[in-house]
Amino acid sequence: MPIDESSRIKNSRRREVLRVIAALPLLALPLSALAQQFPTTKVNTTKLAVTDGEVTVGQLHSATGTMAISETGSIQAERLAIDQINATGGVLGRKIKIIQEDGASDWPTFAEKAKKLLVNDRVAAVFGCWTSASRKAVLPVFEKENGMLYYPTFYEGLEQSKNVIYTGQEATQQIIAGLDWIAKQKNAKTFFLIGSDYIWPRTSNKIARKHIENVLKGKVVGEEYYPLGTTQFGSLINKIKLQKPDVVYAIVVGGSNVAFYKQLKAAGVTSDKQTLLTISVTEDEMLGIGGENVEGFYAAMKYFQALDNPNNKKFVEAFKAKYGEKSVIGDVTQAAYLGPWLWKAAVEKAGSFDIDKIAAASPGIELKIAPEGYVKIHDNHHLWSKTRIGVAQKDGQFKVVYESGLIEPNPFPKGYQ
Amino acid sequence: MSWFSEFGAILAMQGFNGLSVFCVLLLMALGLAIIFGQMGVINMAHGEFLTIGAYTTYLFSSLTTSYAPAFAPYYFFFAIAGAFLIAFCVGYLVEWGLIRHLYRRPLDTLLATWGLSLVMQQAFRSTFGAKEVSATLPDWLMGSVKPSESIDIPINGLFVMGLTVILTGMLALLLYRSQWGLRVRATTQNRIMSGAVGINTRRVDRITFALGCGIAGIAGAAFTTIGSTGPTSGSLYIVDTFLTVVLGGAASLAGTIASAFTIAQTQATAEFFMHGSMAKVLTLSAVVLILMMRPQGLFSIKVRR
Repeated sequence: MPIDESSRIKNSRRREVLRVIAALPLLALPLSALAQQFPTTKVNTTKLAVTDGEVTVGQLHSATGTMAISETGSIQAERLAIDQINATGGVLGRKIKIIQEDGASDWPTFAEKAKKLLVNDRVAAVFGCWTSASRKAVLPVFEKENGMLYYPTFYEGLEQSKNVIYTGQEATQQIIAGLDWIAKQKNAKTFFLIGSDYIWPRTSNKIARKHIENVLKGKVVGEEYYPLGTTQFGSLINKIKLQKPDVVYAIVVGGSNVAFYKQLKAAGVTSDKQTLLTISVTEDEMLGIGGENVEGFYAAMKYFQALDNPNNKKFVEAFKAKYGEKSVIGDVTQAAYLGPWLWKAAVEKAGSFDIDKIAAASPGIELKIAPEGYVKIHDNHHLWSKTRIGVAQKDGQFKVVYESGLIEPNPFPKGYQ
Repeated sequence: MSWFSEFGAILAMQGFNGLSVFCVLLLMALGLAIIFGQMGVINMAHGEFLTIGAYTTYLFSSLTTSYAPAFAPYYFFFAIAGAFLIAFCVGYLVEWGLIRHLYRRPLDTLLATWGLSLVMQQAFRSTFGAKEVSATLPDWLMGSVKPSESIDIPINGLFVMGLTVILTGMLALLLYRSQWGLRVRATTQNRIMSGAVGINTRRVDRITFALGCGIAGIAGAAFTTIGSTGPTSGSLYIVDTFLTVVLGGAASLAGTIASAFTIAQTQATAEFFMHGSMAKVLTLSAVVLILMMRPQGLFSIKVRR
């Protein structure tokens, strides 16, 4: 087919435009003075995916499967933080590029994807995991391949690794302050402990029991575990009615959570008759439970969406602008948001992307822009943080009624094991 | 004296609890009982039909609150009807597109319906989001009645109970007192002979499957009062459902009822004296023992395969 003159001109012009577009990143490069100040050969001595203009990080959560319900918020928060960091010049003058992998709520898949991110993609950091089971599955991979994981969930403690920064609370931070407050406020002496039957609720209740018996001098009148996914709580509710504990301490998770609170309400166990403190209901869970079914119950968390401070206002606004007016932010979502910021601070303090240098530089890093207020990384790679008590409201939010001082993270609590 | 009356109150509430668990088990097993019992199809996607019912209720609830708030106390009945219709239609399509190609291949059906359940879960997730949602339930459903000072009987429990009784009654009538029921039972007992005497067995299969799915939809709608609404909510019920149907013995409505009652009472009583996980172990051991002694289930009828 003969090519006529006009189309040839059009083609060559198009080619020229393309050439200019292709050259744009090259033009942008010399602009980043910071990147010139930190040449790639200096800041990346271990062959990570860091170039003159870009640094690649990984995101490893469950976007599908049963855990997607919880991990979606974390994925969103980490993306928001990374977008914000990129909008303000990136890390050491380099834009952050994300490779997202799906753990699919399956622990071996998590390990496999972690290996892929660390070995094939050579990512500089990974923001990911949610359940303890997934973290335990990837931990050996991170330690062997020397990666860096920012883990957002509050968890049972009893772990510490050079290759992990725990941005959520460990068990003692969340539990002890909450129990102290409720014991004092309600003059509580008897406690009924409830949990879903797996490691986090069991370890947490163990700590709670020790604290109730040894420190608060109270009594545990019942300790009950139900399999994950249980939907019938009638017998348990009758036992609560029989024992009449001053406080019900509940760590029920997942779909069971909804069933538990709906049935409590239907059985007439409401906040005007029974004090209940939970560490497993955030604004995310309230969506499924319905505010009217938990109204008046207490939750102990380090973060509530309703926190009244300028950092949080900005954070909530940005989050809603990006993900819709109706989106809610729970404790873990906020903790996930801290990950990229803490990593940026560590890289800048170390002046390097090298994992060993970041790990060494992390302790002592402070984050003053945290929505929860102020956090600082401890030598044990957990965060100093405050614990708050919130009262559940009908509209699905919490009203904050108490705020502790800054609590030291203590993943291996003596006398609590 | 006060201790005694309190003990009585707990006993009454615990008794009601046992009955309420029984009704929940029966309600979720009914749909499966006719699909598995009558057709021998192991429908692993049964839980997802429950989820369809739950999401239908959620849709009706959000539509009501945004367009007709005055209608809020009554929408639930329409949600139940809607749940039945939608689940029925989806069931009809699934039978036509998938199940009918797999009769006489039980293992393949098992795999195919399991795959279907995964597809449906992800479809819910993509449509409604991964997070759980909550239908605003009418206030009259969420309280409790107080026959005496210390007794609370949950209204949602009563509601599920009533619904179960009505549905079971209707199903029994359909199966044992209607032309359609006669055809279903004939097909169950001898498929080839039924075909020979002029029963359109394909049509019977399709309607039976769709009906089972429709009933699952109703159960899903009813369970929004006691449980969660999320992409995987239905799968929480699937194990107990199969347990009930298998223990009851295939092809027997009475067996399903007896088995739901046995499991519910064992579970509820055991839960009162030990914690939930142990109670589950005890219940499952009891079921295993019974099945070892009676592999055909509690009730069974002679079926020519």
